[in-house]
Amino acid sequence: MTQPGKDLPLKPYRILDLTQGGCLICGKLLADLGADVVQIEDPKGNPSRSMGPFYKDIPHSEKSLFWFAYSVNKRGVTLDIETADGADVFRQLVKKADFVLESFEPGYLDSLGLGYDDLSQINPRVIMTSITPYGQTGPKAHYKGSDLTGWASGGAMHTMGDPDRAPNWISFGPQASLHGGVEGAAASLIAHWHRELTGEGQQVDVSIQQCTVWLLQAAIQIYEVNRVSYSRVGALWMTGGGVGRRQVYPCKDGFIAFTVFGGGLPGLVASTRRLVDWMAADGMAPEWLQNYKWETDFDVAKVTQEEVNRVEVPFVEFFLTKTKAELWEQAWKQSIILAPASDAKDMYTDQQLAARDYWRKLDHPELGESLTYCGPFIKFSETPISFRRRAPLIGEHNTEVYQGELGLSKERLILLKQAGVI
Amino acid sequence: MAQKKGALEGIKIANFSWVGVGPLTIRYLAASGATVVRVESHTRPDVLRLMMPYKDKQPGVDRGPWFAEVNNSVRSVSIDLGKPTGRAIAWKLIMWADVMAESFVPGTMKKWGLDYDNVRQKKPDIIYLSTCQMGQSGPYANFSGFGYQAAAIGGFTYVSGWPDRTPAPTQGAYTDFIAPRFGATAIMAALDYRRRTGKGQYLDQSQFETSAHFLAAPIMDYEVNNRVLERSGNHVDYAAPHAAYPCKGDDRWVAISIFTDAEWQDFCLTLDKPEWLDDPRFATLLARKENEDELDRQIAGWTVDRTAEEVEVMMQDAGIAASVVNSVKDIIEDPHLKSQNFLRTYNHSVVGPHLYRALCHRLSKTPDTMGPGPALGEHNEYVFKELLHLTDDEVADGLVEGGITTEANLPEFKPTL
Repeated sequence: MTQPGKDLPLKPYRILDLTQGGCLICGKLLADLGADVVQIEDPKGNPSRSMGPFYKDIPHSEKSLFWFAYSVNKRGVTLDIETADGADVFRQLVKKADFVLESFEPGYLDSLGLGYDDLSQINPRVIMTSITPYGQTGPKAHYKGSDLTGWASGGAMHTMGDPDRAPNWISFGPQASLHGGVEGAAASLIAHWHRELTGEGQQVDVSIQQCTVWLLQAAIQIYEVNRVSYSRVGALWMTGGGVGRRQVYPCKDGFIAFTVFGGGLPGLVASTRRLVDWMAADGMAPEWLQNYKWETDFDVAKVTQEEVNRVEVPFVEFFLTKTKAELWEQAWKQSIILAPASDAKDMYTDQQLAARDYWRKLDHPELGESLTYCGPFIKFSETPISFRRRAPLIGEHNTEVYQGELGLSKERLILLKQAGVI
Repeated sequence: MAQKKGALEGIKIANFSWVGVGPLTIRYLAASGATVVRVESHTRPDVLRLMMPYKDKQPGVDRGPWFAEVNNSVRSVSIDLGKPTGRAIAWKLIMWADVMAESFVPGTMKKWGLDYDNVRQKKPDIIYLSTCQMGQSGPYANFSGFGYQAAAIGGFTYVSGWPDRTPAPTQGAYTDFIAPRFGATAIMAALDYRRRTGKGQYLDQSQFETSAHFLAAPIMDYEVNNRVLERSGNHVDYAAPHAAYPCKGDDRWVAISIFTDAEWQDFCLTLDKPEWLDDPRFATLLARKENEDELDRQIAGWTVDRTAEEVEVMMQDAGIAASVVNSVKDIIEDPHLKSQNFLRTYNHSVVGPHLYRALCHRLSKTPDTMGPGPALGEHNEYVFKELLHLTDDEVADGLVEGGITTEANLPEFKPTL
């Protein structure tokens, strides 16, 4: 619910959302910010309703947790835009819409007479945001894409994974299209600013490939200057000198992210010393480690791989005696640069997220219970993001939108239903 | 270069943030036509200015192309917020700005009297973004780790890699490349709200909270089904084949994903393996999932004799989603990205011409206004005189006291951490 007396920043605006998969997050964020986002689904339901995981593992189009997570705060109607009547209803909706979001193959909406050129005739103010694997132009614009190929085409995959096996993605797969979806949200609002000042709408063309190219970080510059193409190095942190230090260690009940630091930066060395003191108190820091000259003997520009491997051994042994929670507690209390590799349970039970009142409950009357949602993506002081409605059921707002808002007669609705348009 | 007017022409931003997320967020506005002044100092230079690589491998605060790319299209001033004259200039900048951003450890801006509560007294309609790893409150608020630690506590590391191995996360700071798009979205929404109501506001971004949205479904899966998502290599429940396959050449791979029976049929015909269509091990998705290791071995036996590019084209011709697992070199040379003008060359005042990635979208009527990144303090004169109208005396006082910094007083450059 909206907090009493608090407004939402995008409350005046109407959005028609035709996207699917990770791109759904685009409309979800704009809905979080208060826009009236109407998800337009094929009468059979959006394909993303088939994406798991499912509520209580019941594979059903009204029980997809993926759909719940990325369509929350939206309303939903069904409409077969491939039929002439459906396309006509869509055009009527566009007259009063501020944005149209879509993630079809380039040219598909044009083939239905619903491309940007068509829609801007009906409503010159409309902003149409298209989120696709390779963008709307260029030799690969019509390539078929998936989340896996989105990850591969932008180079993120090549730099991730163990060197002796195939390159990897992240095991919650829609990362690439989620990046694309959020890019779509930011870009839509940039176009919106211009539209509100000038009245001019436009087309926003998001490329998922381009989004994942940014995950290469400084590798572009490293190639440009050194002509070295970064490849995957597993759980190591490689330095310019070609020495690899572990950045992930097993612990008693999982994994943590930690690197042994030495060299000239005092803050980093102090962190290493505090950890060694703790290990010493537990009887797990050998004499040589306690007296180690971190500044001079562990400078990554000079240290050898053999020395790194030798120094890491007592850390490996120590971490195996501690849990993620024990290590993390000392990390933030003592400023040791270390963090747990959280799993889904750790996230759900995290103290920091709880202390900041992050999670939000939403009622699902059909399921007879409330489910917990990721909370506001940013805390707004004046217009706090609110959670107003769970994801729509198939066609849930057909009557409300078509009859109540568009003014279609009841008879007309019955006809459209029988014709399979809604 | 012709004068272009971007979508955000006229919006003014004072960017006090540094390193990754803050500048990567403001980049969206800077490259869209907003006027952005980046506040820096020689006494405490941005960490990215001290990172390899450097032009000609010679260290120097103005020699790093990576800093320049992250901070493209902005103007840089060098002021020391620890000095009264530096803070006085900061206040002029804030009074000039519509939006300000910072990304220090919580409490740092307060130390300088530049926190939101103080700023709003003098500038009630400011939009003020604070972004940090954990947010402004809570028990871990002051934790400040590296990007790979944020990715770890953020839940990404655990689900990166193979089930039988230690997790192998993405290189570097994954969540640093999630948070900026959300931050830019939030600033734009706050700007629209201000345009309509005249009200500014404070935006408190915990990068941890923001990036959890990229794991939203697995977190619900834990609550509802008590299931903890594990690493699964490149496999998924709902598609097979779905993996990266080795190709001809050194470390060359192609990613292929097949979702429907029709795609599977086209795939088998493309490989000239019609017998797989009737093979009980592979005929259905359920069968392929059960025999996926064998399936992957058989496909790898076919891909290994072909180039990744060749397989990509064969698959795409058959309507199957496939992509070369592009290396950094592939990306830089990619004709498709070139045709979209995604990688551009701008002339940096010290580095010279070098590559910049653009925003990941094109606006059909208001093209971006990208330009090179700044040298440290490169725009002092322009900003102090043209934007803030400082008097000559004010500038002289700043220079004398050190509130305006001109020289890096660093003992030695550390090429890497």
